[in-house]
Amino acid sequence: MTATLFAVQVLNGLQLGVLLFLVAAGLTLVFGVMDFINLAHGVQYMLGAYLAVTFYGLTGNFFATVVLALAAALVLGLVLEVLVFRHFYDRDHLDQVLATFGVILFLNEGVRIVWGASPLSYPGPEILQGAIPVMDGFGYPVYRIALIVAGLICAAGLWLVVARTKVGMLIRAGAANPAMLSALGVNVRQLFMVVFGFGAMLAGFAGVMAGPIFSVEPGMGDGVLILAFVVIVIGGIGSIRGAFLAALLVGLVDTLGRSFMTDIFKLFLEPSAANQVGPAIASMLIYVLMAGVLFFRPTGLFPAPGRA
Amino acid sequence: MRDLLTRERLITAALLTVFALLPPVAEAFGQGYLTNVASRVMIYAIAALSLDLILGYGAMVSFGHAAFIGIGAYAVGISAEHNLWEGTLTIPMAMAAAGLFALATGAISLRTRGVYFIMITLAFGQMAYYTASSLSAYGGDDGLTIWGRSEVLGNPVLEDDTALYFFVLICLALCWWVASRVVGSRFGRVIAGVRENRARMSAVGFDAYRHQLVAYVLAGMMAGLAGALLANHAEFVSPAYMSWQRSGDLIIMVVLGGMGSLYGAVLGAVAYLALEDVLAGFTEHWRVIFGPLLILIVLYARGGLARAFRREGPSREGRDG
Repeated sequence: MTATLFAVQVLNGLQLGVLLFLVAAGLTLVFGVMDFINLAHGVQYMLGAYLAVTFYGLTGNFFATVVLALAAALVLGLVLEVLVFRHFYDRDHLDQVLATFGVILFLNEGVRIVWGASPLSYPGPEILQGAIPVMDGFGYPVYRIALIVAGLICAAGLWLVVARTKVGMLIRAGAANPAMLSALGVNVRQLFMVVFGFGAMLAGFAGVMAGPIFSVEPGMGDGVLILAFVVIVIGGIGSIRGAFLAALLVGLVDTLGRSFMTDIFKLFLEPSAANQVGPAIASMLIYVLMAGVLFFRPTGLFPAPGRA
Repeated sequence: MRDLLTRERLITAALLTVFALLPPVAEAFGQGYLTNVASRVMIYAIAALSLDLILGYGAMVSFGHAAFIGIGAYAVGISAEHNLWEGTLTIPMAMAAAGLFALATGAISLRTRGVYFIMITLAFGQMAYYTASSLSAYGGDDGLTIWGRSEVLGNPVLEDDTALYFFVLICLALCWWVASRVVGSRFGRVIAGVRENRARMSAVGFDAYRHQLVAYVLAGMMAGLAGALLANHAEFVSPAYMSWQRSGDLIIMVVLGGMGSLYGAVLGAVAYLALEDVLAGFTEHWRVIFGPLLILIVLYARGGLARAFRREGPSREGRDG
């Protein structure tokens, strides 16, 4: 009983971790290559989900929805890059924070105008309906398994691109030393547009995949953004490998903490006190984890080479 | 320099005089509600002042400043829930609680620089937010209604809105005075020196980390005071006080007013809340207008409102960097 429950929660943790990785990957690359802090990255995740709502309404087919929403997320990401973000690459971090904060205010409210404030949803694909039975009368949804698999495939693909292709080599070089890369004749701005569009698409993909599980509502990207920040700070800014491991770690710690912290406290506290303390401690757990990592390694677990 | 100082004193005195005269004037014109609105503005001015101390003078971009406000507010709210109404106890408690949180989180955050610092303060702010949300004994997500205001030595004088207004004004003036003393002191010079060149300050023999930590705790305590006042003003506390958007709002106030200028922070708070009020009267979706406006302000109007009062405005460009 407890072992099955534990297994289910581990799966839930992996699922959160995979979603976080998809968002954090773009964030960490954009920061690594261009030293640009993009708070609006969480909004890309939200837009992915909202675009999926619309495209699902039009097509009624989940897979067509994924393709269309990804294309639209890419276009929107590039539009934002051209209209706003590229004017702030040379500014200090504070200006970037404020400008991208402005983008968040605009898009969160814009979504509320276009799609309304109430939560929306759309179903996952037919083929992935149903559940895998894990114990009597309780099954784990196939869609969630599929989400974990899709996320892992994305992570593997991303690793291949970054570690094994020429573009990946340029991205790594850009993260290590953009000035030198530029001096060697590479158009860093163009490279950055590629990275940026790609990151926007990954975050959008995470949003599309999350839509059938979580409710689609304005501001849904904000919480994910902050978790993604925790992930890339733990993993080391600019490092894909660090983002991947940290995302899984954060996903697991958060999910398992929320499910079991109260029970753990019940071992040595009054049940009523445990019910009070458990959830409070559980919600702090990943931040404590982050603080612990930073205390020993102020640049995260796997800092990108060349960056201190 | 001497000219600048007197100019600053003039503007400070003018602003405080306007605040002091506002209640009777508003009353005379039958706009008594303005007193209430202005109380809130002054409370946020205190918070903006505290943020300006570390952001403007110390270049520490804290994105979790609203947490200190929330902790101060909750200290008052939770005390009231346990029937402790004495403001001379609860307000220092609020400041101490916020200061302790600043000490613990600052000790970790200040080990990091730049963008790490931004993200970590943001994360700690969220930690406080989620912790408050899970305090089910004190209202959880829904917040906590406080059935009255703090007493002063057993006297419920603050129940009167005008009395509260002047109490807030006195707090603002005190914070302003403390902040200006700090900025002008040797300590303040060290903080500004670390902002300009950390390595050089360390080489000269100053412990940058300790100075920054003390400034961080001081700012946290001041924001805690703002929180305690806010709880009294609204007679309500909720986790929303600590949301990261609130922290963003505070940064906007400081930048809008002009970083590294104390009256700028106060002007920024006034301007931001007025702008919010005007835009919100225009449409409920005011953020759709404010978002792009913010981008334009950051793009074209660096230096903020304070620059308009400075003679040698543009030459100070490098300071914000």
